[in-house]
Amino acid sequence: MVFKPIKGRVWKFGDDVNTDVIIPGKYKFKTLNMKELAEHAMEGLDPNFSKKAKPGDVIVAGKNFGCGSSREHAPRVLKELGIGAVVAESFARIFFRNAINVGLPVLESKEASKETREGDILEIDLEAGVIKNREAERSYNFRPLPSVLLDILQSGGLVEYLKKKGTYVL
Amino acid sequence: MSSGLTLTEKILARASGLPRVEAGGYVEAEVDLVMMHDLTGPLALDAFERLVERRVWNPGRVVVVFDHQVPADTVRSAELQRRLRRFVAEYGVRNFYDVGKGGICHEVLPEKGHVKPGDLVVGADSHTCTYGALGAFATGVGSTDVAAVLAQGRLWFRVPETVRVVVEGRFQRYVSAKDLILHMAGCLGEDGANYKSLEFTGSTVGKMGMDGRMTLCNMVVELGAKAGLVPPDGVTFRYLEGRVAGSLRPLYPDEGAEYEGELSFSVDSLEPQVACPPRVANVKPVGEVAGLPVDQAVLGSCTNGRMDDLREAAGLLRGRRVKDGVRMIVLPASQEIYLRALEEGLLEVFARAGAAVGPPNCGPCLGGHFGLLAEGEVCISSTNRNFTGRMGSPGAKVYLASPATVAASAVTGRITDPREVGGR
Repeated sequence: MVFKPIKGRVWKFGDDVNTDVIIPGKYKFKTLNMKELAEHAMEGLDPNFSKKAKPGDVIVAGKNFGCGSSREHAPRVLKELGIGAVVAESFARIFFRNAINVGLPVLESKEASKETREGDILEIDLEAGVIKNREAERSYNFRPLPSVLLDILQSGGLVEYLKKKGTYVL
Repeated sequence: MSSGLTLTEKILARASGLPRVEAGGYVEAEVDLVMMHDLTGPLALDAFERLVERRVWNPGRVVVVFDHQVPADTVRSAELQRRLRRFVAEYGVRNFYDVGKGGICHEVLPEKGHVKPGDLVVGADSHTCTYGALGAFATGVGSTDVAAVLAQGRLWFRVPETVRVVVEGRFQRYVSAKDLILHMAGCLGEDGANYKSLEFTGSTVGKMGMDGRMTLCNMVVELGAKAGLVPPDGVTFRYLEGRVAGSLRPLYPDEGAEYEGELSFSVDSLEPQVACPPRVANVKPVGEVAGLPVDQAVLGSCTNGRMDDLREAAGLLRGRRVKDGVRMIVLPASQEIYLRALEEGLLEVFARAGAAVGPPNCGPCLGGHFGLLAEGEVCISSTNRNFTGRMGSPGAKVYLASPATVAASAVTGRITDPREVGGR
């Protein structure tokens, strides 16, 4: 399994970032076009986020990221913007599932969540379970995802994984 | 000797074909039922159509309900709904509840007998956990998950840790299951039960009717929980009579089941609770927010649009008027409830009080349809989320409360303790 290295600038958010602020319901009813929806990503917290975020950038947040509704649009708009990974102290479970299933890397690190600042550059190795922050000269270990979830991520999502493997390999 | 299993573990073990499962482990389980609605369905079809097998594993185990944006309010939603109608016709999905035939998914599935104790149910909606009230393991998933289940009938699950929640005591008049779950959210926080399964027990839960149990299990997701379950008992089986065909396969927690922890709540002195914006866990006794003027009062939703809820609210509105300057919206949770409320005269009570009674759907709860709030407006609502922008303008405020508190507040025009309107 070989992952493309994740390296990008950090956008910092707080605790309990809910799916209504990641992508407000009023937009998701209007279209299924993720490019259009992505223009509103994180709008509830930062109206200009979609213009500022660059492919590869990393979101770092506090606890319970993605709480609220089950809308899969939430991880999909972040993936559409090219977000390389979301690092949080913890995730709400449906967002966590959805992120894996659409191929958006998500990982939990309490220390990285606390110590990382907006604008830092993070390098993440999903398989080894290491986050490096060169500016801060800090490195954090996290427990890598189980292999089946890494497989799904590497395939680009659950649909691609099932097309390739036919069934789950736990 | 190995320890006993929780109800959660027993359901996941049976569905995975394993003698036992352990919290924290990953399993592939066979799903008994999968649900999608008009909002999450189209995205699931996108993913389904990208899969190799263009066939539905078992159309009899698929339920499609239109509830979020019905009747269609834009051409675009009409087109998305047409796509789902074509899907159910093409693949022979008979369990399809269109406008006027069903209502809100989380009332329709139990009501129409699709959910049985011991089942493993997934739905593309976060409040799928409602069905735990019937002793099923039910949890919300994403649209891609639903696509995988449509094709294969199987899905990956992490086995959650189970927490036993013991509730004892007797509710005061005008205090109900909604106040209990809001109180729990306030105590535990919105991630207080993240990834976990809550199993409810104790004398209060034993005496609680199915409507109250559904309110309780509905909102466990607001504490982060994966599921909330009430082990089946006489209340469950009486509810199922006449709804479910075929034999039942109920499961129960083992004696000596090992729980990750235990929480105890007493409801004897519990007061009406209000969740203040913008967080569901920002909960206060009604006395601390009483007097705040409201512009809108909403009674309905998958949390509190059932018969017990409508009866409680109608009891307070009978012979009274919704205060001038307040608009009250009442949405029975299903067509069946609408008809029963009509027969019992409840809809007339609401209409005469000056409330707008609408068709069964999710209504203003998620802010995509009607009943939206303008900048600076305040709503008291029996729904389940009060996030910024949830019900319209990001500058509006939503306070969550029980049906009784919503009705009492509609009468006075201010957030009000229902015991002051109805008497103690």
